[in-house]
Amino acid sequence: MSVDLRTKYLGLELKNPLVAAACPLTESLDNLRRLEDSGVAAAVLPSLFEEQVAHEELEISRVYERGTDSFAEALSYFPEMDDYRIGPDSYLRHIEEAKRALSIPVIASLNGTSEGGWIRYAKLMQDAGADALELNVYFIAADIEMTGAQVEERYLELVSAVKQSVAIPLAVKIGPYFSSPGYMARRLVEAGADGLVLFNRFLQPDIDLDSLQTAPRLVLSTPFESLLPLRWIAILCGRINAYLALTSGIHDAHCMLKALLAGADVGMVASVLYKKGFQYVGTILQEMQAWMQQREYESVSQMRGSMSQVNCPDPAAFERGNYMKALTSFTGKFI
Amino acid sequence: MAEQRFVTLDGNEATANIAHLCNEVMAIYPITPSSGLGEMPDAWAAAGRKNIFGTVPDVVEMQSEAGAAGAVHGALQAGALTSTFTASQGLLLMIPNMFKIAGELTPAVFHVTARTIATHALSIFGDHSDVMACRSTGWAMLSSASVQEAQDMALIAQAATLEARVPFLHFYDGFRISHEVNKIEQLTDEQVAQMIDMELVRAHRRRALNPEEPKLRGTAQNPDHFFQGREACNPFYLRCPAIVQKTMDKFARLFGRQYHLFDYAGSPEADRVLVIMGSGIGVVEEAVDKLVQEGQKVGVVKVRLFRPFDAKALVMAIPKTTKSIAVLDRTKEPGAAGEPLYQDVVTALAEEWTGPMPRVIGGRYGLSSKEFTPAMAAGVFGELAKPQPKKHFTVGIDDDVTHLSIDYDPSFSTEADDVTRAVFFGLGSDGTVSANRSSVKIIGEATPWYAQGYFVYDSRKAGSVTTSHVRFSPRPIKGSYLVHKANFVACHQFHFLERIDVLSLAEPGATFLLNSPYGPEEVWDHLPREVQEQIIQKKLKFYVVDAYRVARETGMGVRINTIMQTCFFKLATRLHKMLPPEAAIGHIKEMIKLTYGKKGGEKVLQQNYAAVDGALAALHEVQVPDQVTSKVHMVPPVPDSAPPFVKEVLGAIIANRGDEIPVSAMPADGTFPTGTTKYEKRSIAQDIPIWDEKICIQCGLCSLSCPHAAIRMKAFDPSLLDRAPAGFKSADWKGKEYPGYKMCIQVAPDDCTGCGLCVDVCPAKDKVRAKHKAIDMEAKLQHLERERANFEFFLTIPDVDRSTVKADTIKGSQLLLPLFEFSGACAGCGETPYVKLITQLFGDRMLIANATGCSSIYGGNLPCTPYTTNPEGHGPSWSNSLFEDAAEFGFGFRLAIDQQVTYCHELLRRLAGELGDALVAALINNPQETEEQIAQQRRMVRDLKDKLATIASPDANSLAASADFLIRKSVWSFGGDGWAYDIGFGGLDHVFASGRDVNLLVLDTEVYSNTGGQASKSTPRGAVAKFAAAGKRGRKKDLGLIAMSYGNVFVGQIALGANPLHAIRTILAAESYRGTSLLIAYCHCIGHGIDMTTAMNHQKEAVACGHWPLYHYDPRDTQQPFHLDSRKPTGAFREFAMKEARFAMLARSKPKESERLLKLAEEDIAYRWAFYEQLAGATHQVAISGEDGGDGAKKQATSEEVNA
Repeated sequence: MSVDLRTKYLGLELKNPLVAAACPLTESLDNLRRLEDSGVAAAVLPSLFEEQVAHEELEISRVYERGTDSFAEALSYFPEMDDYRIGPDSYLRHIEEAKRALSIPVIASLNGTSEGGWIRYAKLMQDAGADALELNVYFIAADIEMTGAQVEERYLELVSAVKQSVAIPLAVKIGPYFSSPGYMARRLVEAGADGLVLFNRFLQPDIDLDSLQTAPRLVLSTPFESLLPLRWIAILCGRINAYLALTSGIHDAHCMLKALLAGADVGMVASVLYKKGFQYVGTILQEMQAWMQQREYESVSQMRGSMSQVNCPDPAAFERGNYMKALTSFTGKFI
Repeated sequence: MAEQRFVTLDGNEATANIAHLCNEVMAIYPITPSSGLGEMPDAWAAAGRKNIFGTVPDVVEMQSEAGAAGAVHGALQAGALTSTFTASQGLLLMIPNMFKIAGELTPAVFHVTARTIATHALSIFGDHSDVMACRSTGWAMLSSASVQEAQDMALIAQAATLEARVPFLHFYDGFRISHEVNKIEQLTDEQVAQMIDMELVRAHRRRALNPEEPKLRGTAQNPDHFFQGREACNPFYLRCPAIVQKTMDKFARLFGRQYHLFDYAGSPEADRVLVIMGSGIGVVEEAVDKLVQEGQKVGVVKVRLFRPFDAKALVMAIPKTTKSIAVLDRTKEPGAAGEPLYQDVVTALAEEWTGPMPRVIGGRYGLSSKEFTPAMAAGVFGELAKPQPKKHFTVGIDDDVTHLSIDYDPSFSTEADDVTRAVFFGLGSDGTVSANRSSVKIIGEATPWYAQGYFVYDSRKAGSVTTSHVRFSPRPIKGSYLVHKANFVACHQFHFLERIDVLSLAEPGATFLLNSPYGPEEVWDHLPREVQEQIIQKKLKFYVVDAYRVARETGMGVRINTIMQTCFFKLATRLHKMLPPEAAIGHIKEMIKLTYGKKGGEKVLQQNYAAVDGALAALHEVQVPDQVTSKVHMVPPVPDSAPPFVKEVLGAIIANRGDEIPVSAMPADGTFPTGTTKYEKRSIAQDIPIWDEKICIQCGLCSLSCPHAAIRMKAFDPSLLDRAPAGFKSADWKGKEYPGYKMCIQVAPDDCTGCGLCVDVCPAKDKVRAKHKAIDMEAKLQHLERERANFEFFLTIPDVDRSTVKADTIKGSQLLLPLFEFSGACAGCGETPYVKLITQLFGDRMLIANATGCSSIYGGNLPCTPYTTNPEGHGPSWSNSLFEDAAEFGFGFRLAIDQQVTYCHELLRRLAGELGDALVAALINNPQETEEQIAQQRRMVRDLKDKLATIASPDANSLAASADFLIRKSVWSFGGDGWAYDIGFGGLDHVFASGRDVNLLVLDTEVYSNTGGQASKSTPRGAVAKFAAAGKRGRKKDLGLIAMSYGNVFVGQIALGANPLHAIRTILAAESYRGTSLLIAYCHCIGHGIDMTTAMNHQKEAVACGHWPLYHYDPRDTQQPFHLDSRKPTGAFREFAMKEARFAMLARSKPKESERLLKLAEEDIAYRWAFYEQLAGATHQVAISGEDGGDGAKKQATSEEVNA
């Protein structure tokens, strides 16, 4: 019996639920081709960071201007170049090239900081041919005067503004650090999100003991990390009208299956690609199929959400504190 | 008549456009002020712009102007239309080929930005001394007098040469025309094509060397027939003037502008006529117009075609009523009967004039862009009117030696009231010039008004002051001279008011715009008294804007260009109705989009737009009181304590009063005292390093890295602290050399440029607040008074005895007095730390032969010189010969020194009886290898001189005159990679082969830094540079390897920021080697496109990724001379490369090409490393560098570790 792995995400028909997450791997056209060949159903391009674009623009401008018109013999230091790509140009060209090279959907990802920036870049990405847009909202409320409500309002305003400016589907990638993630999810959908991507893994700053300087540290995910989004996918499934993607910690077919059972429309992978290579996508898909065949599931749509909070045998488990559940698991009895 | 197309551009762009369209090959080489002429076609070619033949010209950089001329000659012989661009000494290097090209009757045009030839001094500015040196080459010489003419004559030359078969040197005044921005009517590509006769082009091709129809050129001829062959070209020269006139007539028919070989303007019945060529024409014409209006019968003959000189045409141009003629030459030929144009005019008149011969006098004007004004031209007419005018005169200077200068009335002015005449004082870094260039473009292209912009820069690279002279007129602007009566004056830096008399140019009733941190209510009391007086006396309309506040609020940093430009438009368009202010603001925003849209992007655009809006809100008129109230006065340019020469001559130059210096005050042979930068307290830093003695580990890295010797270290006896000022900081000396001593790190607050390199390299961090280092940059004004007092006291602390210093450590080397200080190099310069270090190690016995380039400019550009002396009066003696010959020049030093030593030894032996055998033997046999031995030799030479003074003999006198040579001299040739890898390589190579004791220091920035970033053969593959706008394709030359191939040359490749200890020890080893030494020093540069404040640490990455391996090759180590001193490359080259704009630019503009070149560059690195490993032997060890690379910055180092 063959299993139907097809799914829908952001209104896009996907041949299976495995999507390449936004990460540096999707920066290269060659990688994207290999990912498609290995079986991924869609690819999210790395985030275009508005802050980085603005920083680069300013730096380029400073580099050009440094030392200019100061000394009679050297009024400038670089040749004039007309075809110089700045700002989002390279990113947009990447979208165009990816669309030409791939048959799977291409989802652009944007991390903005200003309302104007979000809208402008979102439109540009749409115009460049992106099938959908993923807003990677990464905001650290470092201002201790800022309330949670203000933070939430900021998210909602951004999503609403972008939604109004583009016609392509819109996913919002958020972190878990809301007092009430479920409420926030609902509000985001109301603001226009067609889908939610749970959860963003934030790069955390580290301290270099040699230089006594701070530096961002990239650590690959572990399968354990998939449990947090798994819980919230399970809680949200059936309660909000939006596509759900589970990202963080999907390392094998089991993680993928759990994501689908909890209610995800797709599972996104990145770290496992670094660890095991692109060809491992095929292994995941084969093992998923094997498990589904063994359990006689006909399709992804059939199993999707069957273990969500509303459908699972023990709904309270998704609400119980980790420690209690863990203790139960450990001692084998409820204290 | 074609539709008119007006643009505003400079003379170089106007010319380069024609050259690009009309040529197929351009062989180029950078030299100021012609570099731009090559840069533009190179960039256009990289972008695929085609010529009128439908092909993209091949623009090729050569190793020198001589090479460029050779390549041009070859390309012409092979049938391509070919050109080149040059000036000054560069043109002289082309002369041999110019004779050949002309001798072979080859059509070609060279475009020359006429520039002063270096004589008693180098000058980058304009006069005709270079083109006049080409008079005998047989080239036609066509002169342009304006930006418009630069375009027109370029095309006329191009068209005429094809028919005449005489090559053309088309020239115009360097800077005054090459860099003046003016509104011109630009020809379209199609119009240019109309002027070029394709049949003549085909004829040129048919004359090419071609094996299908073989021919031979360049024979050697003998006495019996050479002469006849030389005369055979005469018909071509005889025909040439008529061809030029015919071409000019065709040009006039097509485009409406009529030129003649000689044009006349003025009274048709003139009795006095001035003959002149070049940018002075417009100046004289303005004077003539006014004098004729006043009823005087004067006129001017404008010389267009100087060679072949058409005597008849000249005579035809001069009114028959003329009684006297003054011929003005912009050149000097010492010893000649007269200057060239004068001589030709006299000859022409003698041959062709009919009737009573006018009296002819000749004068010089405008050498090295010396200002030439209508007042001076009127002065010449005045001289002509005298019964006995000076036959040979100068104008524009005060010659109180030979009394040749003539007087003139400086108040004579031809400026019209309806012309906006604006002067702007700004800093190079604040964007004033770019703002004014933009304003000129806006008015020139968006209104019917004519616009002119000319920009004056000072000779420093850091903290450079710029003065913009801008005119807007309802009529074409003829006069190429500075604005002397401004109706608008803007001062973009408040602190200038104390040092520059900015209002001296303001005419009564002018508008004065000041960038002021003080608002309209409070600014008055902060103005110096002299400024208040002028504002009141001249009844100026006074406005202030706090541009830096607006810039801060809009994220513009220190760039206040947009803000000041907006204010100017708001005020100036009110002055003359050129453009409604609202429309002007719209144009400014459009210009911002044009300027920053392609380089900066949306963020930069938004910031600039916000700055425009912010500026309008921040501009305020000041209600001027009627009383002078200030107690503050302008400060003198140098302190009263300075020596008389410094005060009277150098001080005048600093104060912008150089034009007033009389001839008698100038050294006749160009010899100047050293050690004068210390008098010029420019105080340009906003922030300065402040030392925390409690944290300092006394490593010396700050002092070592400082490009300006503005942060220093001393160890001293604690008793000296008794007279220290209250705020003076010190710490106990950590080290065994000076037990009980104190030490301090001291900043020179008025000499620091605020580059921040010292803070970046400081490895010592506070244990409580990690962001606080042993030195932090802090706002200067908070610390200025205290640190001034501290530095003054610091200078009185005696240096430790050199012989006790461990010079081969970082800390030790920094206890030695720098004999190179406070240069005008760029803030954060990567070259000067090496120069300073070398003067610390050997400065008291150094001779330096400096190639032309950055190091000769910051080393020897007046007004002040950074090479200085120690308390005994010893220090580097420095000279610059040429760009190309610093190795040979230094080699000459060595030959002379060795001869003098030999001569001294001979005299010592002859005088041994009187001097005593012991002294003679000691003087001859002292090896002088240690500081102590050198100090001992100095003492003995002093004793020797004392004794010689008592001996009355010619030998004793001769020995006394040469005895100083008995002290060991350290001979150095300094230069950049342009010198060493390209133009001077032949000389370098010959000095390698000589084996003589010359130390060659290559300050390798991997680009021609001084002329603005053109590629050299050191430029790495994959980097973008001017003349390599499409990316440098070839592999970087391995200069060290070439030197090593001789086997007897010491070679060291060093990077001070990557491994300072290695650098110090390699420099010491190189100098100690009594043969030729080559040091190749990695120097970061603005041209790399990096953050200059972290540049020293960035050097570590250059080494770590293998781009710049450290090594030394010491011929004294016969077993294993080559030592690889850095670790196997670890980082990826492209990661390093992408942090530098020079590489990143190509990745952004041509990603595939960038990828290809970076891959090749990585292969280069791998190949070179493998090769070096083999040279170093299978078991090579990393020498010198410690675990942390010897720099101490990786971890919280201690001083011992750093110096280990």
